[in-house]
Amino acid sequence: MSHTNDTHAEHDGGAIAEIKKVTIILSVLTIVELILGFWMIGMESKALVLGIKGTIVILMMAKAFYIVAYFMHLKHEVKNLIMTIVVPLTLFVWFIIAFLADGNSFRNLRNTYNPYFKEQSTIKVEQPAHGGSHGGGHEAAGAAGAAHTDSAAHTTDSSAKNEDAAKHEDAKH
Amino acid sequence: MSTTTAASPTEAKLWGGGKSPFSVEYGKVMMWYFLMSDAFTFGAFLISYGTVRFSTNGWPDPNVVFKSFPFAPEGVNAPLVFVSVMTFILIVSSVTMVLAVHAGHNMDKKGVVRNMIWTIIGGIAFLSCQAWEWNHLFHEGAWWGRNPFINADGTASSSNFTNFFFTITGFHGFHVFSGVVINIIMLIMTLTNQFEKRGHYNMIEKAGLYWHFVDLVWVFVFTCFYLL
Repeated sequence: MSHTNDTHAEHDGGAIAEIKKVTIILSVLTIVELILGFWMIGMESKALVLGIKGTIVILMMAKAFYIVAYFMHLKHEVKNLIMTIVVPLTLFVWFIIAFLADGNSFRNLRNTYNPYFKEQSTIKVEQPAHGGSHGGGHEAAGAAGAAHTDSAAHTTDSSAKNEDAAKHEDAKH
Repeated sequence: MSTTTAASPTEAKLWGGGKSPFSVEYGKVMMWYFLMSDAFTFGAFLISYGTVRFSTNGWPDPNVVFKSFPFAPEGVNAPLVFVSVMTFILIVSSVTMVLAVHAGHNMDKKGVVRNMIWTIIGGIAFLSCQAWEWNHLFHEGAWWGRNPFINADGTASSSNFTNFFFTITGFHGFHVFSGVVINIIMLIMTLTNQFEKRGHYNMIEKAGLYWHFVDLVWVFVFTCFYLL
C-alpha cells in the first residue's frame, strides 16, 4: 500500500484487506493486554509486575500507532503533513519523563523529610463495609453510599490534619 | 509519499501556491491540528494523573474497584471484564467508521449509511456502558471528592483517585458524546444526499478522524486507569 500508483487499482481490494488486517492486529493486542492484566492480579513479585506494566505500555503504543497510521490514514499522507503532526507530539517524551520524575522525587522527599506523611501511608485501615463482596439490593447500597460519604469526609479531614501537621513539622525545623 | 514522482520537478515551488502542499483539503488539515491540540489536553490530564500517582505511596487496586458487571449478582468478582467489553465496542465502531469512509471514497451511499448507523450504535452502546459504570461507582460511594476505596496495600486512600478517574473518563465520555452527535449529523447529511450533490464524501472522512481519535484516547485511558 505504500507504493505510489495504488490510488485506484488497489484501493478497493487493498484497502479492505488492510482494514481487516489492522482490525485483527488491534484485537490481538487488546486480548494480549487483557491476558497480562489478568495475570497481574494478586501477583507478589514487584519486579515482574513492573515488567508486565512496561509491556502493557509498549502494547498500548503499538495500538496507538496502528489506529493513527491506518485508521486515521496518516501513513498514506504526504510526508510534510505527517511531520507537522508527529514532530510536535514528540514533546510528550520530555513531558512524561519530566513530570513522572518530578512526582517520584516529591514522594521520596516527603518520605524522607515528612515523618507524618510516611507514617500515614503505613497505617492499615479497614475497607469500609460497602457494596463489594457483601451487601445486597438497592437499599443496602444506598445506606452504604451514605456511610461512605461520612468515611470519605473523615478521610479528607484526616488528610487536612495531615497537611497541618506537616506544616507544623516544617515550622519546628 | 504518494506525490513524490509527480512533485519532484516542482518541489521547489511546493509552497509557491497553486497547489496543496499537503495534498489534503483545508478542513482535513485543520481537523488534524485540532486533534493535535486535543491530544495535548488529554496528555496533560493523563500526565498529571501519573504525576500525582507517582508522588503518593499507595493507590487503589483497579481490579478491586472495577470488578462489577451489569445484571451480574451483587458482589460478583469480575475484574477487567466490563471494561474489555467497552474497549471492544469502541474498536468495532472504529472499524465500521473506516468502512464508512471507504464506502464514501467509492461514492457508495448505501455503504456509508449502513456503516454510519453501526458506528452510531457502537458509540451509544459505549456511552450506555459508561453511564452504568459511573452510576454503579456512585452508588458505591465514589464521586468527585470522595473515595470509598482503600489503597492496594491496605492504607487509607485520598480522593485523588476518584477525582482523576471521573474527570478523565468524563472528558473522554463527553468526546464520545460529541462524536455520536457529529456522526448523526453526518448520517442525516448522507441521507439527504448532500454529499452526492457535492460529489465527494470528505465530511465523512473528517468525522472519521475525530471518531478514531476518540478511540485512540480510550486506548490510553483504558490502559492508565484499568490495567496499570
